Formats: sequence, structure tokens, C-alpha cells
Amino acid sequence: MILTVDDVTFRYNSHPVLKNVSFRIGSNELLAILGPNGVGKTTLLKCLNGILRPSGGCVYVEDRDLLRMRQMEIARDLAYVPQQNQVGRIAAFDAILLGRRPHIGWRVTESDLCKVEAIIRTLGLEHLSLRNLDEMSGGELQKVNIARALVQEPRVLLLDEPTSSLDLKNQQEILATIRHIVTGHGMAGIMTMHDINSALRFADKVIFMKDGEIYAASEPAGITPEMVRAVYGLPVAIESIRGCPVVVPVDQKEEACSSGTRHRSKILQASGERLY
Amino acid sequence: MHLEEGTVPPGYARYIGEKVFLLLVGFALLGALVVFAIAIGSVSYDPFDVLKTLARMPVSKQLDVVVFNIRLPQVLAAVVAGAGLSAAGVVMQSVLCNPLGSPFTLGVSQAAAFGAAFSVMVMGSGFMQSSVSDAVTVVRPGITTMMAFIASMAATGVVVLVAKVRRGSPEVMILAGVALGSLCTAATMFLQYFADDVQLAAMVFWTFGDLARAGWKELGLISAVTAFCILFFAANAWNYNAIDAGDETAMSLGVNVKNVRFLGMALSSLVTAVIISFVGVIGFVGLVCPHIARRLVGGDNRFLLPGSCLVGAILLLAADMAARVMMSPNVLPVAVLTSFVGAPMFLYLLVKGYQR
Repeated sequence: MILTVDDVTFRYNSHPVLKNVSFRIGSNELLAILGPNGVGKTTLLKCLNGILRPSGGCVYVEDRDLLRMRQMEIARDLAYVPQQNQVGRIAAFDAILLGRRPHIGWRVTESDLCKVEAIIRTLGLEHLSLRNLDEMSGGELQKVNIARALVQEPRVLLLDEPTSSLDLKNQQEILATIRHIVTGHGMAGIMTMHDINSALRFADKVIFMKDGEIYAASEPAGITPEMVRAVYGLPVAIESIRGCPVVVPVDQKEEACSSGTRHRSKILQASGERLY
Repeated sequence: MHLEEGTVPPGYARYIGEKVFLLLVGFALLGALVVFAIAIGSVSYDPFDVLKTLARMPVSKQLDVVVFNIRLPQVLAAVVAGAGLSAAGVVMQSVLCNPLGSPFTLGVSQAAAFGAAFSVMVMGSGFMQSSVSDAVTVVRPGITTMMAFIASMAATGVVVLVAKVRRGSPEVMILAGVALGSLCTAATMFLQYFADDVQLAAMVFWTFGDLARAGWKELGLISAVTAFCILFFAANAWNYNAIDAGDETAMSLGVNVKNVRFLGMALSSLVTAVIISFVGVIGFVGLVCPHIARRLVGGDNRFLLPGSCLVGAILLLAADMAARVMMSPNVLPVAVLTSFVGAPMFLYLLVKGYQR
């Protein structure tokens, strides 16, 4: 296993955000963490790369205790793409070169430049390399951010909602790229997401979080409508389209009528709404 | 993940070469300007004679005295002060994640002015004299300088302390700085209200920046502090680049954001405090020169820092030259002219939308 998360808890002041979160992830695996807003997904990612220090529990990168590692050591093993980055007047090549920060001392070596060029070619960003970030679209920027994380040569890639604010084409491109890189280079990838269907399509494993805890963990094929309903409070159906599981929200009245009286009360409880 | 190595793209080498070329052009321009600034004044000399004198090939004893005792210290003060204030501006703008970051934003300049006013009023370090250049002078400049320095470092200390309590957030630093600057301005006005004519004149006179105040000894101290701080900033250029990308990104790249922010703030305030304590308040340079440089060489701090130092030095030197020549033999305060020289240039670059 590359990353082992063991019983991690986190509190903001006295308010518990994460409660006893445990999971493991191996090489060539892509894990999607799903759950409603404010459930602790981003906090979990920040606890995994030292930005936040867990209140309890352990995180191991291979067999090393992350909580005992210095920030620079962590940066050599885990790369993080936050939800939002500030955009400055800096060329994409230099922005990606920044990813070599954990490996460079006083000055950049030719090897660092060559590695940046290699990742630019891998992601097909040659046409953008000398363009300033403040002249780029959202999709282009996200690709640059991912390239910056990859040039760190990490063992684990952490991505916080990598496809938020992207159009459909860019979403698919970015997720396909992440999957290709993670599975092709012996890395582990963890991404938080809101788009369940994209998670089911691209991830090897899916974790559902509810109230700061892991509610369910499964391969995409094992996800059930009940899990989704319990986490989001929304009745859904899961259909298979061209071999991919697709989650479809179900009209609550329709669901209630077809399921009969026994299910009716359960749905009402889960959704927190009334039907007339 | 292990990356297979590619090759350095020729386009990138050319792109970096352009930036280095721009910096070299700036350096050459500064060198030429230094010679002209020494040559031009109430009495002008041939620039070639100045060059010979600088190269220790004496042309005349009078020129030797004028160059080494009067004009060279003033010109070097302009270069060092311009470079130092501009470097401080770059770092403040970077670590505070705010384009309005400057010694003024954090109340350092206002605190120095208060320190000088306090020294004039309470310690009696200002008096009236009749001379061609200055009607008022500061009789004990050492005390005034010391008080200005103490006040500006105290202001920095308060800002850093408040930020430390609030976990180093840049917004808190800026707001604390603005509040402190306002407090110092009010305190200075309070002193001015109760000051007599001579004291008031001395206080106002001190706030007009004057590069001629620095002799060789003062210049040595300013240069040593400025050189140390600029070297420190240059060594942290990658860290500032990382913070420019956002705190979380910087932390994920192994940067200790809080330390870099505090040290950057403390040293940029120190260099500012030392400079303005000796030569008076010089506004505009710290705020706008980094923006001018950013438009010329981009936002990468590896190039932005030396670029800003060059722009700051050139701007302050040009303003000082203009201040000496415009109403010769009278000398205008250089702080008045920095904005006159720099603002049109900045507006031109803004309108033109200069790339990289």
C-alpha cells in the first residue's frame, strides 16, 4: 500500500470535522471521495499532505509516518492540486517548474527543465508552455496545475474537485488524463468530487462520506441507490449505459408511488421534505 | 512517479534569454544614468571627465571634490534607496498576496514620519537657518534618524504581532498596517498642531525625502542592510513564486508559508525603515516600481526582483536628477518628483498593456 489512513480525526476548535477515517490505497489506484458540501472531503485531503495536522490517528506513506515528516519531505511524496489557485503573470512553463520546488536548491538544473518539458509533452501542453496564466481558460489552467503537481514526481496525487467549473469536454479530458497518469506511472490518486457519474466512470474505488465519517466504500460496480440516498438524502436509480453505471435522480413522487407505502415514509425521512 | 527526461525546449531558452537581455539593458541604462547624474547639476561637467574621475584618472581637483564628496554619495544613495524600496515592495506584494502592498500600506513610512516629528518636537532636534538650499535643517540628524527608525520598526513589530495572534493571515497584516498608519498620521498631526513655526517647518522638511542627507558613512550602512535583504529575498524567490500561486499550493510544495511571510515582512520593513530614516519619506517607488517591472519582465520573482531593483534605482535617480536640474540652483524634494516621473510611465504601460 502506498498510503494508509488510520483512524484520522480532525477538529476545528472543538467542532469535529473528521471522525475516525480509515482507508488504504495502493499503486495504480484512483480513489474518488464523494459526499455533500461541508462533509470534510477537503479537510481530509489537507490532513493527508500536512497542510492540516490531524487531531488524532495516523497517516503512513508506504511505511513512513507522515506526521513525523517535514513539509518538504511530504512534498516529495505527495502532490496536491487545490480547488482554487491564484493566477499571476507567469508563463505556464515557469508555473509548472514551480513543482520542482521540493527538489531544487539554489538554482534550477537542466534536469529540472527537461522534466518540465517531459510532462508538458505528456499532457499535450506544448502550445501553452510560454503563455501567461492570466491569459488562459479554466480548463487550460487546471491542466497546468495538474502538470505542476505531476512534475513533483509524487507517489500520491491529491486533487480537490479537479473538474469543478469545467465544461463537459474539459471534465472528461482532465479525468481521462488523471486516470492515465495514475495507472500508467505506479502512483496512487485521490480526488474529491461532486459528480458521481464521473467518479463511477473513472475511479477504481469510491468512498462516500457522511457527517465526517466514511459511510460506504466500494468499487463503482458495488454502489447501490440506497448508499447514494442515505448520503445525499435524494432517491436515485442506477442504470447501466454502455457498460458504465449512471446515477439518475428519481422524481420523489414517482418513487413514492411505485414503491408503495412502506418505502414512502423512508424516502420522506431521507429527503427531509413533505409530499402532498 | 518517475519522469523520463526530455530536452530543454529552445523556445524556453529564448524566453529566458529575453528576460536576461532586458535586465542587462536596464543595468546598462542605470550605469549611463549614474554618470549623467554625476555630471549634471547646478554646475554641469563633461560626462567623459566624470568617467575619468571615477576611474581615478583625475581631471581637476574641483571635479574630484564634487564627484567624490557631493554627487557620488547622492547618486549612490538614489540607486541603493530606489533598489531597496522597490525590492521591499515586491516582497510585500508577494507575501501579502496584495498588489497594494508597500511600505505605505503597512504604516512603516507614516511611523517613520511620526518618529521624526516626535524627535523634532520633544527632543528639540530641528531649528531654522538661512542657506541657499535649505531654510530649515535638522540640527541633530542622528537622533531624528534613530527615532524614525525606532518608530517604523515598532510599527512593523505591532503588525507582525497582530498577525501572529491571527495566524499570519495577509488580510490581517494589511488591515493592521492601514490602522497603524492612520494612527501614526493622526499622532504626527497632533504634534504638528502644537508645534511652533520652526518645529513645524522641520517636521515637514524631514518628510520631504532628500537623498543628499546621506553621507558616505550613512550610505555604507544603508547599502549593507539593503544588500543583505536583497540577497535574502533573491534566495527566497522560489518561495515567493509559490506563495503567489496560493498558500495551499505553496504549503503542498514544502514551503513554510508562515515563516516565509513573517521573515519577508520583517526584512522588507527593516530595509524600508533604514532607508527612510536616513533620506526621508519617499513614496511611490515601493508601490509602483514592482508593477512597472512586472509588466516588463513578468511575475516570476527570479527576474521580477532584480528587475524591480533596476526600475526603482533608475526612477529614483532620474527623479533626483530632475529635482536638481529643474529649478537650479534650487533643489526640489525628490519625493515630489518620483510620482511626477513614475506615474506617467506607469499609466503608459497600463494603457499599452505591455506583455511580459
